[in-house]
Amino acid sequence: MAITVRVPTPLRRLTNGQGEVEVEAKTVREAIEKLEEQYPGFKERLLDEKGELRRFVNLYLNDEDIRFLKGADTELKDGDVLSIVPAIAGGV
Amino acid sequence: MAKVKGLKCRECGREYPVEPIHVCEFCFGPLEVVYDYEEIRRNISRDKIENGPKSLWRYVDLLPVENPTVGLTAGFTPLKKAKKLGEALGLRNLYIKDDSVNHPTLSFKDRVVSVAISKAKEFGFDTAACASTGNLANSVAAHCAQAGLNCFVFIPANLETQKIYGSLVFNPTVVAVEGTYDDVNRLCSEIANDLGWAFVNINIRPYYAEGSKTLAFEVVEQLGWKAPDAVVAPAASGSLYTKIWKGLKEMKEVGLIDEVNTRMFGAQAEGCSPIAQAWKEGRDFIKPVKPNTIAKSIAIGNPADGIYALQTTRESGGDWETATDEEIIEAMKLLAETEGIFTETAGGTTIAVLKKLAQKGAFDPDEVVVAYITGNGYKTLEVLDGHLSQPVRIEATLKDFKEKVLAKV
Repeated sequence: MAITVRVPTPLRRLTNGQGEVEVEAKTVREAIEKLEEQYPGFKERLLDEKGELRRFVNLYLNDEDIRFLKGADTELKDGDVLSIVPAIAGGV
Repeated sequence: MAKVKGLKCRECGREYPVEPIHVCEFCFGPLEVVYDYEEIRRNISRDKIENGPKSLWRYVDLLPVENPTVGLTAGFTPLKKAKKLGEALGLRNLYIKDDSVNHPTLSFKDRVVSVAISKAKEFGFDTAACASTGNLANSVAAHCAQAGLNCFVFIPANLETQKIYGSLVFNPTVVAVEGTYDDVNRLCSEIANDLGWAFVNINIRPYYAEGSKTLAFEVVEQLGWKAPDAVVAPAASGSLYTKIWKGLKEMKEVGLIDEVNTRMFGAQAEGCSPIAQAWKEGRDFIKPVKPNTIAKSIAIGNPADGIYALQTTRESGGDWETATDEEIIEAMKLLAETEGIFTETAGGTTIAVLKKLAQKGAFDPDEVVVAYITGNGYKTLEVLDGHLSQPVRIEATLKDFKEKVLAKV
């Protein structure tokens, strides 16, 4: 499954400045592993010591927060877009 | 000499220079302004503040701006002793901090935005933008007009009409995004870093958020340099609530007050209460939710400062409560009828929660309790459709007046 990953500015040093990269993966977890293989450093930015998604990292699969899907086990299909987005503030 | 040392990641502690950045490159944690409190302590005094401008800029020593140029009239809103509402709730020392009359756009956002746009000018930006539930957009648009900056505001398309007009009148580009505030936020956070704009709640956020501390500073000064016993404040992202606490602690840190024993209470709408839910379930992490409430200005399902809000509650010995849409409307009417203050749904949420907390005995009757009213009811009139009495329609005759009005008194 070839999917597109949208990379936020703070992580673009790892991708030589690219804002979008492609990986082959069947689940979100696998996508993170593949990112790590292609662009070392990704995994520790996204996952904590226990392998859980860091609490200020939001991952969206085609505009839906993966926490509303199956989290890291969410399945991917060809052409999916996975966005990595830092949390931001607002409201009231 | 400098009061600001730099930025620091709240999660991993990595340090960064004073730049328009908001996220730690390593762990994605939010960056926060770090001050040199020793230096500030030497410069600040009650006297100096009392003789300062009648705006939030009287506390400039504790804000991350060197030279305030925009929003010079923001802040210094009334702290009203709420005698009648206090009687209704069994509280003898209840106060309303009334940011529904903040200048120029009638919400607490004028505080954060005057700091953010002043900072954006210092950084040399020519364009400012924001993702907003309405009030922030109003304030950014107004302050950009003042400052002569280009302005783009991004809002959920289903916002209250009055709030949309409240931005359009300042002639920014208003982008109405199909989706919730969280969707708007995600879009903005994806585009923000490529545009070279000052996104006040994204790349300017560390500075912007500091403006909320002035809600604490002013209350302490208005209470005669004393921290309140309890605070009730609404929470969306959790930033305002967290910064009130930071502000109180800073005042002690720099020697303006001797002690802070304030308990921090948070208010959320039941239809969007990820922080209150986490608190009730004893979690230290947030599960995002899909908002479903009339309190649109606090309808944030994925609160960025949620975990810090929980930390604040634990540290201060506070609590969380929620209010249903019906309770929110009732509370808006209660505040209006007892204190003559017309707030929007976020304020209704705060008062509804204040009432619940009072009923469950969270406060001693003599304690000094401050409820923060953050926005103005004239901006969200449509939520009151069907909830108010109707005008008595009469002909311009004495007969009609007597029959239809006087006879019913």
